[in-house]
Amino acid sequence: MQSTSKNFKANSTKALADPNLQQALGKMKVGFVEKRAKARAALPEFDALRDQARDIKNHTLANIDYYLETYEAAVQKSGGVVHWARDAAEARQVVLDICAEEKAKSVTKGKSMVSEEIALNAALEAAGYEVVETDLGEYIIQIRGEAPSHIIAPAVHVLKEQVADDFRKKHLHLDPKRSLMERKELISEARGVLRQKYLDSDVGITGANFLIAETGTSVIVTNEGNGDLTQTLPRVHIVIASMEKIVPTLDDASAILRVLARSATGQEFSAYTTFSTGPKKAADPDGPEAYHVILLDNGRTEMLGTEFEDMLRCIRCGACMNHCPVYGSVGGHAYGWVYPGPMGAVLTPSFIGVAEGGHLPNASTFCGRCQDVCPMRIPLPKMMRAYRRKEFEAGLAPPAARFGLDIWGFVAKRPSLYRLATRMAIGLMGWRGRKEGRFKSLPLASGWTDHRDMAAPAGKTFQDMWDKRQGARSAKDLEREAAR
Amino acid sequence: MVDKNSPTIVSENKPITVGLFVTCLVDLFRPRIGFAAVELLERAGCQVAVPKAQTCCGQPAYNSGDNAHARAVAANLIDAFDGFDYVVAPSGSCAGMIREHIPELFADDPILADKAVALGRKTHELTSFLVDVMGMPTAVAAYQGTVTYHDSCSGLRELGVKDQPRRLLKGVDGLTLTELPSSEVCCGFGGTFCVKYPEISNKMVSEKTSAIADTGADTLLAGDLGCLLNMAGKMSREGRPIRAFHVAEILAGMGDGPAIGEAGEDLSAFADGQEG
Ligand code: SF4
Repeated sequence: MQSTSKNFKANSTKALADPNLQQALGKMKVGFVEKRAKARAALPEFDALRDQARDIKNHTLANIDYYLETYEAAVQKSGGVVHWARDAAEARQVVLDICAEEKAKSVTKGKSMVSEEIALNAALEAAGYEVVETDLGEYIIQIRGEAPSHIIAPAVHVLKEQVADDFRKKHLHLDPKRSLMERKELISEARGVLRQKYLDSDVGITGANFLIAETGTSVIVTNEGNGDLTQTLPRVHIVIASMEKIVPTLDDASAILRVLARSATGQEFSAYTTFSTGPKKAADPDGPEAYHVILLDNGRTEMLGTEFEDMLRCIRCGACMNHCPVYGSVGGHAYGWVYPGPMGAVLTPSFIGVAEGGHLPNASTFCGRCQDVCPMRIPLPKMMRAYRRKEFEAGLAPPAARFGLDIWGFVAKRPSLYRLATRMAIGLMGWRGRKEGRFKSLPLASGWTDHRDMAAPAGKTFQDMWDKRQGARSAKDLEREAAR
Repeated sequence: MVDKNSPTIVSENKPITVGLFVTCLVDLFRPRIGFAAVELLERAGCQVAVPKAQTCCGQPAYNSGDNAHARAVAANLIDAFDGFDYVVAPSGSCAGMIREHIPELFADDPILADKAVALGRKTHELTSFLVDVMGMPTAVAAYQGTVTYHDSCSGLRELGVKDQPRRLLKGVDGLTLTELPSSEVCCGFGGTFCVKYPEISNKMVSEKTSAIADTGADTLLAGDLGCLLNMAGKMSREGRPIRAFHVAEILAGMGDGPAIGEAGEDLSAFADGQEG
């Protein structure tokens, strides 16, 4: 996917002016936050589970080579094939090769952010395959020709009324006078259209929420059941998963599952949690004849052992963006690449570079709410700050900002100069602003005064006033006085 | 300065010494918050000094990725506050910087690492210092009004400042607190964020001020001047008749002065030590 992260500012200006998007975001913000809060309150051990989940992933990441190899052996034992893909191009090629070998015509897909990351749909379509997204949200944005704007609710930016319009344009075989006012009507129409696609499909592609090393199992978590149909009905099942999805055991997966849905949607458990291990066995009534797993690296091993390793604990629950006031203001598309919100502000520069994704870690107030709700206790602000540092060290920060920091640093490490400079500036500003008590516009601070007034300073610094009152004293002075 | 207003001597007859970190915004924009902090600390029985060599906590550089400048400014701070029992700031953001981040900045520094950690340990946000360290049960003051309270992010999430200001406000005569439903959502200030991303910041502060207005309160309080300048500036631009004060001002009985952004500031009274 071509990134527009560099244009984050222009993207967000557009997003802020889009009334449909703003209406959709307004609804989203309240819903997710309240639901998570309720789920958390109902489970006293929630925070202890978060610690456990973090520890499981930390252990796994520290031994990831071992667990990936164990996983591969287990998959092979169950009759499946594991493909290692260093980057997006390799992963795409594996999928294309399997589809060609299987003489596939039509491909159905469950929701997968990794497939977005490697821009799989475009590659499959270019090669002549029909690709159908089966998750309702993904189906909607596929029709609209858009990218997901949220990692668990890809069409969260679209209003129900817009979906009805899209369906009317796309499903021309249906009665044009049908009612599409209710959510239920939209869902049942999509279900009807998709049912036949599952049956016609040759290859089903899903992502994975977990890969379990001890059993060679892939796990998907959905609420629509579309993932199950995608992976059991076609002849071939391809799982595309990034390598950090690995956990050692079934128990480990279960432990993390307990925080996943609660953090994501506030559910205790998602409607469907599906475990698949290898292709159909002789005694199985259904299932695919072939089972492939593509393990994607695409920049992840480079994060291991660095200050960004913590990010590899992410289980893609979306809680950080649900609680992010910046995401809540501009939505996911403004971030310009695959992963939005706070997790995207770390993953984007990690995967496509600071020069391209450097805006995103800057677009945060460091309010810390993301870290507060992250089930895996990922220190997101710390990592965003680390990317600001990298950007600054690489000389990519805007020259005006660097110049400002140079002057500020020069003054702020010299207390007497600082006092002189501030006394003069504040004296002048205070004198100019004293009548109104505030400024409606300030020449050098239009970013502020375009939107709000600026309180006028009092005209004297606290330090000067305090001097007048009793002279500045140090800790030593206090000691001396006390001794007297 | 052991005067008649602060007779309490704590532990072994040695009074507790506090270095007040004024913070640059209070120093420059609203000195009366500094005087309110001094008043409250003295009421709690502390001896307060304001080291002259203090400037800034280094956050503007640190949050811009400029660690070299952040370190230089923080080193000056470590030096300026050497020797006090405690360091107190009327800001969760600056106290959070000193407690959580300055030690990180010097983690590999052979000389300053320990000093940075020691400074972090003894540094507190004002209301949490009064309640958690000094055990102040509540404040004694008067303010006629219905107030609502915004929990500034760093104080709340880095330092756990939530109940302390509310507990102190319970003692203020005539004051009713109505809670702000989104009190824990960021106001959009974010230091340089508000000028780097003015439109997003504006969206955030607009949502905040309309939530404030929905509470029906006539006064907004918070513990960080940055957030207050942001929210008060927006409310004044929107023509909302809601006044804004730093919580320390109300707790110190200084709610009769001009609110943030109002004309009529007269600091001369403070110069003679006549406040409160
Ligand atoms: S960073 Fe944390 S909160 Fe955000 S998606 Fe990943 S696990 Fe969820």
